[in-house]
Amino acid sequence: MIRDITLGQFYPGNSVIHRLDPRIKIIATLLYIVALFVVKDFAGFIAPFVLLEAVIILSKVPRRYIWRGLRPVLIIIAFTLAINLFMVRGEVLWQLGFLHITREGVHTAVFMGIRLVLLIIGSTMLTLTTRPIGLTDGIEALLSPFKKIGLPAHELAMMMTIALRFIPTLLEETDKIIKAQQARGADFESGNLFRRAKALIPILVPLFISAFRIAQDLAMAMEARCYGGNVKRTRMNAMKFARRDLIAAILFCLFLAIVVAQRVLM
Amino acid sequence: MEFVRVENLIFDYMKTDEGGAPVATRAIDGVSFCVEKGSFTAIIGQNGSGKSTLAKNLNGLLVPTEGEITIDGLDTSDPANIWNVRQKVAMVFQNPDNQIVSAIVEDDVAFGPENLGIDPAEIRQRVDAALEGVEMGDYKDKAPHLLSGGQKQRIAIAGAIAMQPECIVFDEPTAMLDPRGRSEVLKIALDLNRRGMTVIFITHFMEEAACADHVIVMDGGKLRMEGTPRDIFAREEELKALNLDVPAAVQLASQLRARGVDLPDSILTAEELVDALTQPVPAEAAEEVSS
Repeated sequence: MIRDITLGQFYPGNSVIHRLDPRIKIIATLLYIVALFVVKDFAGFIAPFVLLEAVIILSKVPRRYIWRGLRPVLIIIAFTLAINLFMVRGEVLWQLGFLHITREGVHTAVFMGIRLVLLIIGSTMLTLTTRPIGLTDGIEALLSPFKKIGLPAHELAMMMTIALRFIPTLLEETDKIIKAQQARGADFESGNLFRRAKALIPILVPLFISAFRIAQDLAMAMEARCYGGNVKRTRMNAMKFARRDLIAAILFCLFLAIVVAQRVLM
Repeated sequence: MEFVRVENLIFDYMKTDEGGAPVATRAIDGVSFCVEKGSFTAIIGQNGSGKSTLAKNLNGLLVPTEGEITIDGLDTSDPANIWNVRQKVAMVFQNPDNQIVSAIVEDDVAFGPENLGIDPAEIRQRVDAALEGVEMGDYKDKAPHLLSGGQKQRIAIAGAIAMQPECIVFDEPTAMLDPRGRSEVLKIALDLNRRGMTVIFITHFMEEAACADHVIVMDGGKLRMEGTPRDIFAREEELKALNLDVPAAVQLASQLRARGVDLPDSILTAEELVDALTQPVPAEAAEEVSS
């Protein structure tokens, strides 16, 4: 149960989207998210939807992978929908005791729902089509102007690489600890919230210890492979700004212009 | 030609006691030996015998407290040599999970060469060759956590090969693997050795040590025995005294010999034992039996 998590998982492929410069993809994703918040009515979602659909088709990522990325956040989406549905004041459509649904509530709930789904699928597309190394190299490159003011860009990127790599390993470790505790009679499923939270302590303590042990092993292995920070380091897949990146950038600017124009003019 | 030279190595782990005063625990106590270029050396010993500490001393991850280690003439305790030493002597560790840095197989194999500052086109070549060398070419785009223990260990070996070292130290690479993974890793180590790589293989499986040209036995931080596998495993009593076993084939042969079966002393592997047992009985001996 704890294992099937796709957040930040890469879908190997060789499509145009996969081959785009990670820097372009990161900036585009950020601006796309901003654009979603610029939109103020339903018609405004047409442009982001078309863009997203185009990216999905071009990337050749099977839709069930995208769906899988959406699944863990369904609860959050449902919660947002419910809050908006019941809390917004206005013209009452339906009422039961203190609960009431208003016309404005339905409107905001659907609007927020679409925005959230587009936002999550959009950012999932970034991680599905960019290999983790590309992602962290891209972030490192984008942050490197701030090196001058003392931002450790390379170190941050390396930390992200390792964190992504070790998410599944630590989940496996957690699973193992839970099973070991259950085998000795630990109960994680009954009692009130406070009791259950307390039952997590015997999981967290060994998990922390094993995380430190893994970190020590890994540091040793990295040193053995001549890692010494960013001194004279090269990259197997050096980032190059190609013609397709320029085309993508132009098309994306066009998209931004449409979104802004729609908001201002309509 | 000697490649590794360990001279009177002493290594202390420093810890602090409850009062905060430093306490030295001696892990290696006066060990000397040489490893020939292109040889396959196995180091065996119980847990806590100092064999892992010894391994980490061989590429400058740990530096001798006393004594000296030279790799191809380079002193490991000289900080100026450290990158050179680590490039010449690559390492594969015990836990397959805890030595893979990247979430994609080929990016992980590229990690070492990238650190060495090699040209991207050449890194690509080395990575492909290294992955082919461990028969993992089909998995280059996969995520390491989806692979089996043996496959992960092969990725780690590819990562070592890609640095084009002259020697690879395997620190109990098979301890956490299933039998199939174990035999895959051993086969690759033997293969690399056949193509000229110096291999130092730390293990507690005696069958693996039997494949080496040279065996070193460690106990309590000291070097207790040294020689060819045939010499070492012939000294069964001494090994038993150090709580070590002999390979199953050696043990079976010695038990058969005790029951009066005529077998040569030199049997080391299961194949040799089978050969010796299935050999046609010499003509005179057969006549003796029949008459």
